[in-house]
Amino acid sequence: MLRGCGSDLNTFRKDVSMELEELRYGTELLKRGFAKMQKGGVIMDVTNPEQAGIAEEAGAVAVMALHAVPADIRKMGGVARMADPKVIEEIIGVVTIPVMAKARIGHFVEAQIIEALGVDMVDESEVLTPADEFHIDKSRFTVPFVCGARNLGEALRRINEGAAMIRTKGEAGTGDVSQAVRHMKMIMGEIRRLKGMNDEELVRVAREIEADLDLVKECRAMERLPVVNFAAGGIATPADAALMMHLGADGVFVGSGIFKSDNPPAMAKAIVEAVHHYDDPAHLALVSKGLGAAMKGIEVSAIPEGEVLQSRGW
Amino acid sequence: MRIGVLAFQGDVSEHLRAVDEVCGRGTAIPVRRAGKVPLCQGLILPGGESTSIGQLLESTGVGREIQDAAHSGIPIMATCAGLVLLSREIEGNFRVRQLGLMDILVSRNAFGPQRESFEADLDVVGFDRPYRAAFIRAPAITRCGQGVERLAECGRWVVAAREGNLLGLSFHPELTADMRFHELFLEMMGEVK
Repeated sequence: MLRGCGSDLNTFRKDVSMELEELRYGTELLKRGFAKMQKGGVIMDVTNPEQAGIAEEAGAVAVMALHAVPADIRKMGGVARMADPKVIEEIIGVVTIPVMAKARIGHFVEAQIIEALGVDMVDESEVLTPADEFHIDKSRFTVPFVCGARNLGEALRRINEGAAMIRTKGEAGTGDVSQAVRHMKMIMGEIRRLKGMNDEELVRVAREIEADLDLVKECRAMERLPVVNFAAGGIATPADAALMMHLGADGVFVGSGIFKSDNPPAMAKAIVEAVHHYDDPAHLALVSKGLGAAMKGIEVSAIPEGEVLQSRGW
Repeated sequence: MRIGVLAFQGDVSEHLRAVDEVCGRGTAIPVRRAGKVPLCQGLILPGGESTSIGQLLESTGVGREIQDAAHSGIPIMATCAGLVLLSREIEGNFRVRQLGLMDILVSRNAFGPQRESFEADLDVVGFDRPYRAAFIRAPAITRCGQGVERLAECGRWVVAAREGNLLGLSFHPELTADMRFHELFLEMMGEVK
């Protein structure tokens, strides 16, 4: 396998370039295309190679490498940064599915390091401590980015900066799905309302939500976001995952929900099955049986305002 | 005419739309559970993650149905992860449960991680001008059995091949506007009758 071996890749590039006139890397088609391959799948947070192996074995479509799951980040406090490159490299070494990693909002150097490691997608994430009031100019990277959003304006601003995928923000590390539900409904509702509007009204909407007009028009034409949209934050059970699929998510991210549960391999597999069979309650009942306790969690309303993660990013 | 698109995971909606565009609205049907495959005159295995799709092929019983359909001569077009699942053998494999239908050896992620994903113009056997293909963490065919026709190569690897009713592609014809591979697939379906 060539994965992670810089010199072999260069040989390949030279090899191919000699025979093919024009090779293009990092195009919008390739970035958004990568995200499309994730649809209908579950992306799992992992903090070490063992967890990554469990996730792949359970049928995850990708793993998200980070130094601690959001529930622990919350508990530990302090500044949360990208994961140790050594750990990211080890995780890349043990799985064949894509590996994603989180960079701080605005921290383009963390993103460059993550790209250099051979990670497949960067998550510019509010779960880590923001490094800037501006987001990364993602169009300058070869690898695609996923970003969080709570409403249509936020989602379209991220897409305008080059995000190839959106995840609606729940409240990470809580095991409380309510915020993910609220924001998925918010985005879907805002897109539905565009349907009956004329061009003049769209200009007004674009101004109000501070979004690019062409992207607003694209949403109206497609009746959805122009990029893949996953649900994230607070998903802790197979039923939570299926709920988000019903609300229109293209797939789900599960953070603390798997490795903070009693039986991570069983929970991971059950959530994968639940995303596939989301509209089959009998099957959901079957996969939800005997999983042991889900993560304990905390109710979002019990979190002091200053510790809410979803309001980071704007 | 019905063309079933395996709809477990991956770029399913793009395949459904491409089929409807080439073959007429309502031709494509998503296959998520057992029972649909026997109703189809053609099948498409989309891109996605082969480990994840492979597990669902097994647990739902749809994999078995696809194997039966293939043996009865139903044309199958497989792209990217679909190609991996269609193959008889996968290099260094221990996690993908493939269907083992096409006599090829496949290397997963042959070109490296996502930053090495690329678009390239390919010369394809039977096409009169180059074909622009999108390779996304693509697999490559590293060895072909005797009955396998090589349709396109990229560097030292085969990236499009046909064996009887099976068409395997490393790249994504459903993501670009050029519909020639879908037309070829339609031709293959015509040959069955």
